[in-house]
Amino acid sequence: MRVLLDPTSERVPSTRTLNPRPASLDGLTVGLLDISKARGDVLLDRLESRLVADGVTVRRYAKPTFAKPAPVDLRHEIAVQCEVVIEALAD
Amino acid sequence: MQLPDGWVVVLKRDCPTCTLVEPVLHQLADAGGLTVYSQDDPGFPAGLTVVDDSELESSWRLQVDTVPTLLRVEDGAEVARAVGWLRSSWEELTGVTGLGPDLPDHRPGCGSRSVEWGVEEELDRRYGERILTARTVELADLEDEYEAAYARGWTDGLPVVPPTEARVLAMLKGTSRAPDEVVAVVPPDLVECTVEKVAVNAVLAGCLPEHLPVVLAAVAAACTDGFNMHGVLATTMPAGPVVVVNGPVARAIGMNSGVNALGQGNRANATIGRALQLVVRNVGGGRPGEVDRGSQGQPGKYTACFAEDEEGSPFDPLAESRGVEGSALTLFAGCGWWPVVDQLSRTPESLARSLAAGLRGVGHPKLAIVFDALLVLSPEHGRVFREAGWDRARLLAELDGLLTVPAAELSRGVDGMAEGMPPAMIAGWGQAVPLPKFRPGGLLIAHAGGTAGLFSTIVPGWVSGAGGSEPTTVPIGA
Repeated sequence: MRVLLDPTSERVPSTRTLNPRPASLDGLTVGLLDISKARGDVLLDRLESRLVADGVTVRRYAKPTFAKPAPVDLRHEIAVQCEVVIEALAD
Repeated sequence: MQLPDGWVVVLKRDCPTCTLVEPVLHQLADAGGLTVYSQDDPGFPAGLTVVDDSELESSWRLQVDTVPTLLRVEDGAEVARAVGWLRSSWEELTGVTGLGPDLPDHRPGCGSRSVEWGVEEELDRRYGERILTARTVELADLEDEYEAAYARGWTDGLPVVPPTEARVLAMLKGTSRAPDEVVAVVPPDLVECTVEKVAVNAVLAGCLPEHLPVVLAAVAAACTDGFNMHGVLATTMPAGPVVVVNGPVARAIGMNSGVNALGQGNRANATIGRALQLVVRNVGGGRPGEVDRGSQGQPGKYTACFAEDEEGSPFDPLAESRGVEGSALTLFAGCGWWPVVDQLSRTPESLARSLAAGLRGVGHPKLAIVFDALLVLSPEHGRVFREAGWDRARLLAELDGLLTVPAAELSRGVDGMAEGMPPAMIAGWGQAVPLPKFRPGGLLIAHAGGTAGLFSTIVPGWVSGAGGSEPTTVPIGA
């Protein structure tokens, strides 16, 4: 794991800002992130079938545990593979 | 750290002196109480008690910089130390005589693995008291570290050196100041900036640790009320801090005051100026298009830093002329660089007239007192003044005379130019009152460049004085 020291004033979070919400999903890849809470997969399975039916490319991801933030590698993987991510939160 | 009583030797098999003293180690073991700490091969020397220190923690804690190092330990603590192989000192330390009778009297040791380049910093990070407080940013395994810096907005457009903890710790060794000491309150966000934060940005800029004291002084100078970094940043003019370094530090850290001194190619010149700008960007929040409103900007806003050639100068050093002797820097709010060509003048009077003609255009030929200027005299131009016996005051007096004109000539509209001094102001003074181009002390002269070239450089200033930026000279500390 590589760690850098933040050269800034640290007044804003070090995580990067969200992209604006796209007007349409045409031609985009949508990531479905399961945080590994109960029945999150049920919701995401349904979303996947709806999105695929609309011709959207879908990729599935899962956090190892809902109790911790997503690992930095997983976040990076989603960021480089998808334009949009839908996260199934809570129960 | 708690050590075994008796004698302790720290060594590595890879060191010829360590293998040379192997028979001595057996002698000491036979005499009782020898423990060997090996940095590379716990199988060496065979038959002795060897502690595996290949992780180098003990070597680091004992601050061993040479192997073999022999210690005498009483009650778990070091009481005496010998470095390398010197029979007399080993015998004195151990009280055992006749050590290594077949060995030469003396053989220097080798470098400890714990002080190898890059290793020492990693050991500091691993075993040292945590002194870094900057927020950590974790990178994904597949994330490019250079692109990560761009993505987070940390760069000036050029790649930066990734600020790892080990690099920042190494950078901090360049100063004796505490990492948590506040250096300055950096505009425009008015953020307290610590030595550590400056060090992180110095790493980004590509500085070496020995450059850090100059960067620290530059940051402190930039953030004074007098220099007014906020204004220099926020102005639509292409202003940026120009760092002129004087004194022994310049040569000690390898700065360029000679050929192409104002240009590219020297690490200290390039990175010190850049580090200052990165502190303003990253810590102060001063970014182009935000508070930095420079309309056109200029390349000197990446970095602008050079050393004065004091030895070849006809004048006293710039900082000394401004009251600070020794290692010091002068910060000037500069708006670009333009050369004055005069290849023909061989008298100081003629050359001064050429320089004055160039200086008249600073800001605008019809604006007086508004802008300061930094004149960087080249060695070949400097020679003309030296050979004529002119000192700094003599040249300044000559230029002042040449650049003082009746106020009426500068009035708005005169010469078909709308720009100029306000008529109401001139009416108040009187049409005939002589107006100097520069306020007293508003023309700075430094000396730098290669030995060939009958050109000097004018760095036009930004708005001068209390209403703008005051050239600021500060000492460079440790």
